[in-house]
Amino acid sequence: MELDAKIPPGPLDQKWVTYKSNCRLVNPSNKRKLEVIVVGTGLAGASAAASLAELGYQVKAFCFQDSPRRAHSIAAQGGINAAKNYQNDGDSVYRLFYDTVKGGDYRSREANVYRLAETSSAIIDQCVAQGVPFAREYGGLLSNRSFGGVQVQRTFYAAGQTGQQLLLGAYSALERQVALGQVTMHSRHEMMDLVVIDGKARGIIARNLITGALERHFGHAVLLCSGGYGNVFYLSTNAMGSNVTAAWKAYRRGSWFANPCYTQIHPTCIPVSGDHQSKLTLMSESLRNDGRIWVPRKPGDTRSPNLIPDEERDYYLERRYPAFGNLVPRDVASRAAKERCDEGFGVGPTGQSVFLDFMDATARYGRAEAHQRQMDAPTEEQVLDLGRELIREKYGNLFDMYARITGENPYLTPMRIYPAVHYTMGGLWVDYELMTTVPGLFALGECNFSDHGANRLGASALMQGLADGYFVIPYTLGNYLAGEIGTKTVPVSDPAFTAGEKAVEDHLNRLMAIRGKYSVDHFHKALGKIMWDQCGMARNQKGLEQAISGIRALREEFWKEVRIPGNSRELNPELEKAGRVADFLELGELTCVDALHRRESCGGHFREEYQTIEGEALRDDAHFCYVGAWEWKESAEPILHRETLEFEVMHPTQRNYK
Amino acid sequence: MNFTLKVWRQKDSGDPGHFETYPVTGILEDMSFLEMFDVLNERLIVEGKDPVAFDHDCREGICGMCSMYINGRAHGPMKATTTCQLFMRHFRDGETIVVEPWRAAPFPVVRDLVVDRSAFDRIIEAGGFISVNTGNAVDANTIPVEKDRAEAAFAAAACIGCGACAAACINSSALLFVASKVAHLSMLPQGFAERRSRVVQMVAQMDREGFGSCSNTRACEAECPKEISYSNIAKLNLEYLRASLSPQGPVVQKK
Repeated sequence: MELDAKIPPGPLDQKWVTYKSNCRLVNPSNKRKLEVIVVGTGLAGASAAASLAELGYQVKAFCFQDSPRRAHSIAAQGGINAAKNYQNDGDSVYRLFYDTVKGGDYRSREANVYRLAETSSAIIDQCVAQGVPFAREYGGLLSNRSFGGVQVQRTFYAAGQTGQQLLLGAYSALERQVALGQVTMHSRHEMMDLVVIDGKARGIIARNLITGALERHFGHAVLLCSGGYGNVFYLSTNAMGSNVTAAWKAYRRGSWFANPCYTQIHPTCIPVSGDHQSKLTLMSESLRNDGRIWVPRKPGDTRSPNLIPDEERDYYLERRYPAFGNLVPRDVASRAAKERCDEGFGVGPTGQSVFLDFMDATARYGRAEAHQRQMDAPTEEQVLDLGRELIREKYGNLFDMYARITGENPYLTPMRIYPAVHYTMGGLWVDYELMTTVPGLFALGECNFSDHGANRLGASALMQGLADGYFVIPYTLGNYLAGEIGTKTVPVSDPAFTAGEKAVEDHLNRLMAIRGKYSVDHFHKALGKIMWDQCGMARNQKGLEQAISGIRALREEFWKEVRIPGNSRELNPELEKAGRVADFLELGELTCVDALHRRESCGGHFREEYQTIEGEALRDDAHFCYVGAWEWKESAEPILHRETLEFEVMHPTQRNYK
Repeated sequence: MNFTLKVWRQKDSGDPGHFETYPVTGILEDMSFLEMFDVLNERLIVEGKDPVAFDHDCREGICGMCSMYINGRAHGPMKATTTCQLFMRHFRDGETIVVEPWRAAPFPVVRDLVVDRSAFDRIIEAGGFISVNTGNAVDANTIPVEKDRAEAAFAAAACIGCGACAAACINSSALLFVASKVAHLSMLPQGFAERRSRVVQMVAQMDREGFGSCSNTRACEAECPKEISYSNIAKLNLEYLRASLSPQGPVVQKK
């Protein structure tokens, strides 16, 4: 099968316009008869479910949490980009497109990214209309800030809780449709398998997590909006329940998985404190607007940071990247931190962290405030106190969170940060219409691979999730369903559903029957360690080969030795985890296989063998300028398919943030 | 650090439930409260016993899923803190800690410390939204909103829907939850058009779910992990009064 991305013809800025004018429509009386399944209720899922229900489709939405409002989009802190150019600082759709393709290290599809930039503006309008309380200026208009990897202020935000406010907006739209009877909401349900009939996605098998009962659900189309797979690393900033299961089951039913090795390690997270650690916490990248990152010039310097004079500090990002300084993209900032720590300059009890220092910003804000208050010759302490007030206003919730987790006071002493797994750019391969290689199966948001290339810029995930859900899928799904109006609802007694349910039941019974010695977490931690050590911020051939054999051995052991208490017909969190970890054990291997095959460095994928003399990522456009989409094969190696990336407008060059 | 945990165990909604005592040892002060439960569950699993079921997801205090009643307080002893953001350094070594599920009739226990909070979703369904279909919006800067008003709306909208307010209330009132949404949307110009129907319908749904009335003890505000102000309840009352006294009467939207 050929990979056809179905990119519309015409100049870049006319493709989406042309598509919207020419795609097929479904008339209202037919929409009422068409059922759509949406798996996941984060920004992509909730916005898609609400928008499709508003159009008149019958929507069934699923989430494993107890309420759709708790999907992990809720935890996004920093903001959402939009090419509004409200700040008059030279922003435009083209610049947002340009920054996103460049930030993604020229491994994304131009047409998709341009459409993302094009729709960004409407997202902000929609969210404000829903009552999302974005930050505002004294004049009552919306406020913006800048974010890593760009030189304009185009990020809209709601304190450090932007994801929460955007998700609550989408959730409220979703609940409105639930009340109107257009959406049937299935909370505490997990998708266990995809049902494919005559080559088309026709439904899912779901498990009711309270009763353990398996359920069959038909849909004329299935939308996966199930998020990313960062938890394959065990420790990540993802929620505990975030998983790859829905996407992985789709992969095993014929939906190809693209670029799994593109994983994002976020530079500003709270460092690991010990083996007990169950998850990592992000400190919003917005902190890099005001915080300066440094390590001592002397390795192993254990003095309190406030006692280390300026000339004995190495502000290594400002040194290496004078043009962007502390605002370089995430992959660059993360690798630079790892480089310093590996060289022995790291700080903190484990030596695995660097300082993020707000002292200069505090003094700067303090002086400005003292000036405004017409204070004559304020003392240094007065200035710092005023500055801290302003810092509290901007970042208060983040500082509080840091203090609570670490027991240290970041107003007085610099924060300590270290990179952590945060986002996964890879995911199910989709064409321009967001359809996977299984007709009728769509993937939206983080669970697809499409828009961020090899590295995602800050404040772009929220934008993509909502663009896909509010403004792309209502058109592209219609184009598909226009051909399905003659398809009758398939009764769930159909043999395909019976077989699907049987397969899930067998899988669960097999897991329950093992009754081994070790908990699910034991295996998950072991997998995470392999992934982080060998397939983390830096990768090489030998390590990846070791990782692949290590994961295979671990998977074998898992299927012999995992211990799951209770039974499958009750609320059983250990069984839920076991199913997810079983899938991570397969995905982990594919991630390493993908990382091994990609003999170049790009964005979040850094192969030690392929770097410049200065230690920057060295791409190989002649051989690897493609999307690598993997096809699953039962008891055989997966097959790689390539979608060559054509750049009509951008000219891939080495990214330069100096 | 070592602790004695007294944990509520309940097989399912039909089971009367009971307390079980578990000593836990070797706990580090940097562990979170839920990580202590991970340690306990790991041990129970290896011993062939049933681990304690509890709700949790983001573990960074924003999803609202975690919900433990600790030593008689919703989310435990710390101000403005969810259960997942409690750390063991916040407890005394050797302490006995009592852990129960949310206590409120409209939040029936599902298992152990897991409760059913779907009542909150149904209250939002009753009117916790602005009726604007995708594509209907005007440019975001068309309507300026005073900065302080936007900030007050944000402060109310910061509610994470965890249910601590109702669990902490002697009457199991959910009024702080309802008020936070009513206040958020009625403070913004975009929410004005539906303000009368919204408050009336949400309060009616709250009553139908079996939540009690407010008797001004302010326990909700004291235990709210997001410090949602009790003054929002005054705003709700004002909105309710305004809707009831309006010449057109309290409008109820047709479904």
